[in-house]
Amino acid sequence: MSTLIEVKDLAKSYSRDGFEIPVLEKMNITVEKGGYLALMGPSGSGKTTLLNIIAGIDRPTRGSVTIDNTDITKLNESQLARWRAHNIGFVFQFYNLIPVLTAFDNVALPLLLTKLSKAERRKHVETALSIVGLGERMKHYPKQLSGGQEQRVAIARAIVTDPQIIVADEPTGDLDRSSAEEILTLLRRLNEEFEKTIIMVTHDPHAAESAKTVLHLDKGELVEEVA
Amino acid sequence: MKLFFLALRNAFRSKTRAFLTILGIAIAVVAFGVLRTTVTAWYAGVDAAAVNRLAVRNAVSFIFPMPYSYRDKIASVEGVDAVSYANWFGGTYIDQSQFFARFAVDAETFFDLYPELKLSEQELNDFKRERNSCVIGSEIATRYNLALGDLMTLEGDIYPGQWTFVIRGIYQPRDKNTDATQMLFQWDYLNERMLQEAPPRANWIGWFNVRVKNPDEAALVSSRIDALFENSTAETITETEAEFQRSFIQSSGAILGAMNIVSFTIVLVIMLVLANTMMMSARERTREYAVLKTLGFSVPKISFLILAESLVISVLGGALGLLLTFPLVRAFAAAIPKGWFPVFEVELITIILLTVAVILIGAASAFFPIRTVAKSRIADSLRFVG
Repeated sequence: MSTLIEVKDLAKSYSRDGFEIPVLEKMNITVEKGGYLALMGPSGSGKTTLLNIIAGIDRPTRGSVTIDNTDITKLNESQLARWRAHNIGFVFQFYNLIPVLTAFDNVALPLLLTKLSKAERRKHVETALSIVGLGERMKHYPKQLSGGQEQRVAIARAIVTDPQIIVADEPTGDLDRSSAEEILTLLRRLNEEFEKTIIMVTHDPHAAESAKTVLHLDKGELVEEVA
Repeated sequence: MKLFFLALRNAFRSKTRAFLTILGIAIAVVAFGVLRTTVTAWYAGVDAAAVNRLAVRNAVSFIFPMPYSYRDKIASVEGVDAVSYANWFGGTYIDQSQFFARFAVDAETFFDLYPELKLSEQELNDFKRERNSCVIGSEIATRYNLALGDLMTLEGDIYPGQWTFVIRGIYQPRDKNTDATQMLFQWDYLNERMLQEAPPRANWIGWFNVRVKNPDEAALVSSRIDALFENSTAETITETEAEFQRSFIQSSGAILGAMNIVSFTIVLVIMLVLANTMMMSARERTREYAVLKTLGFSVPKISFLILAESLVISVLGGALGLLLTFPLVRAFAAAIPKGWFPVFEVELITIILLTVAVILIGAASAFFPIRTVAKSRIADSLRFVG
């Protein structure tokens, strides 16, 4: 397997009221293509910040993040937006679906940034929704779906552009046990069957068991790596 | 699904708020439309003024007359093509509420200087021939169901007594903004009666109407005329007809100024109302915009979403307001005393102003939400709890 993500000497700090607050320090990580990485650690350990930097929605103070030979820390905002659209699928804890759009239109959102025809878009959306098992719920609005179903729509939205990386921030954090299990199964399937590289932040040790590698962070530092 | 579709759905996400905002804009647009129509109606005479006509009036005020003898002196000024004259008669027809302009005019020259008042040759000849004849505008004929040969009796105020005229002509307005609500009779008739009843008031003219040979020389001809009467008992001010009309409405200048200010204040108020709505909407959707940014939507694309949403609301409000403005202006025109405004309808300039204002309001209201979204960091916005 080749290296897809290489995080090198990464540091991140925030400035608050004149004080410099370090969040991540000297972080070095590599993720193989097709890898499934879980980031664990107590609140404030910096795991979501690390995920955001790898996903290109936050910027490090120092260091580099090279993904598929592109150092994303060197990209400007519009280049980064285009890069995200092509390479990253996002799954959030609270699903973050647009409430005025149906499941179909929510999943179709990222495709508005592509040059696909209407028919091609439809085909992609139907495929993504059928992968997550919601082919019959395309016309439903988020409020007409259960939490687990909403998260599955969010996963369909994350994979509809066929990105190589999926980042998931506490994807089971707002779900009951059985819905959480469905989501974890789905993520495993995406990793194994569709060869998506997944990076997941979680508090849940059971969820972390799905991953091939687990990194433990504490106070912005990598404290343990479990394969 | 297109991005505009999402903007449309966003615009009506909170139906009550969208409805109230649209209604608020519509009411403001109606108020703006009616006020602007009133202002433009006031200035209709100014707009209808011809460029080749001058008006000569007493330098003190247009309510002070000038000697009839000025007529020949003015006619002899270089650059003057023709001279006519008139007096404001005033008076009451039926009752005080029946208002329309009544002038004593020089029958021989008046219609030659005012080709926009279309009168048949036969009617003009009849008017010139009969001393106590009059010509009325077509709108006055319709309003009071008057026909040729009918009698029209006025109760004089500036010129006291009862004045009875025979209608010998009904003129048609040539242009949309030509006043079709005037009543014109022979100045000679007025003057003869003054000679008999109040001799000191005879042979005075309210104002002279002058047609110049070359409109480009209007200023030069004006100064030549005024120079003629310098240091006389009745010095003159000669101005273009538009200026003259303006001096008529100058007494209402403060009211018109206030109406203008109020109408544009209304535009400002709508802008603040819509800007507030857009700020609230954008704030509620902070996380959604962050999600869109996360998915790869650029700031210009998200700005388009916000701008389109703002424009949908402002244009719908504007369109509804405009639709309501027409019947309301008609109702307003019917409610005000007849003859106050010869032309009272929504002008094209009002429609253009409203359209531009509505689009500007929509665009300006989107400015602050767009700026906020553009400045916000995705990671912070994703954590936002509204």
